[in-house]
Amino acid sequence: MSQRAQVLLWGAQRISAMVLALCVLVHLLTMIYAVRSGLSAAEILGRTQGSIAWFAFYTLFVFAVAVHAPIGLRTIISESFNWRGRGLDVLTGVIGLSLAMWGMRAVFGVFGAGAA
Amino acid sequence: METLQVRIWRGTEEGDFQDFEVPRQESQTVLDVVTYVQRKCDSTLSYRFACRVGVCGSCAMTVNGVSRWTCRTHVSKVAADNKLEIAPLRNLPVIKDLVTDMREFFDKWARARGRFTGSTTRKDEFAKVSPESKERKRVEAGIECIGCGVCYSACDVVSWNKDYLGPAALNRAWTLINDVRDTARAERLAAVAGDAGCHACHTHLACTERCPKGLSPTAGIAGLKRAVLAATLSGEI
Repeated sequence: MSQRAQVLLWGAQRISAMVLALCVLVHLLTMIYAVRSGLSAAEILGRTQGSIAWFAFYTLFVFAVAVHAPIGLRTIISESFNWRGRGLDVLTGVIGLSLAMWGMRAVFGVFGAGAA
Repeated sequence: METLQVRIWRGTEEGDFQDFEVPRQESQTVLDVVTYVQRKCDSTLSYRFACRVGVCGSCAMTVNGVSRWTCRTHVSKVAADNKLEIAPLRNLPVIKDLVTDMREFFDKWARARGRFTGSTTRKDEFAKVSPESKERKRVEAGIECIGCGVCYSACDVVSWNKDYLGPAALNRAWTLINDVRDTARAERLAAVAGDAGCHACHTHLACTERCPKGLSPTAGIAGLKRAVLAATLSGEI
């Protein structure tokens, strides 16, 4: 990976961390509200399905995770196993895409109009 | 007479601790203890020192598990139970006993372009740099480094990533980035960028905690991270 790309990855992780800080806070407050209010799963789904605002929020959350986590894992793996080079960069990309894919699957499941 | 129980590393990368008893004295420094052992107990003990007053940066060792300059570390500060374990600095190859090979440490200063590059000659006027300017204040905060290697020894990232330039070299680069007379800004920012440079720092603050001069390489490295990112986005590097 070029040095320029390494610097940009660092920048992306910084910005995604800022987004995540906000997303995690909103997510936790929402969860606490839902649990303390005694909402059932069906009641929660009834509020989330078709909600464009919540869909947009959790899409942003998922993409922030998909950017942030693989970059951190790349560093942890590199430092723990002394592994550098193209293989590690490919693995980082695969982890990021997987997180985005699974995350968006969950988002569509909870917020999509056709969710059960 | 009160005595100190002293364990000192003997050997190279392979070796073991050797036990000595050293008379406890008032205002005794760890360097005094090592010197006593070398002069009175075992003349084959190897260690490094020069000024004895915290200027030269050559006497750093690991004392009871912590990297320190030994000439200004009082025994009373680190050995409340009169026990001392003295080892060479971490993260550097051991030549013998308490002497480490510092080449890697200083080679990284060169890799980080730690040498001033100017554009004027002795025939030109002196540069006028206001002590109140923000650049000069940043230089002031990091310029007193004595190159002792304590920060490099204390840094976990160095132990995990042998290519990492380390706190001292990056601190030096930061002082030069803020030197308004220097002309190698872009080259230096490129030299300290990326996985082996400032962006590898995890902000553990071990260097800042241990620096005997009270400097904060962490703050300088944070400044370098931002400066390199800005230079990358603007196309400067």
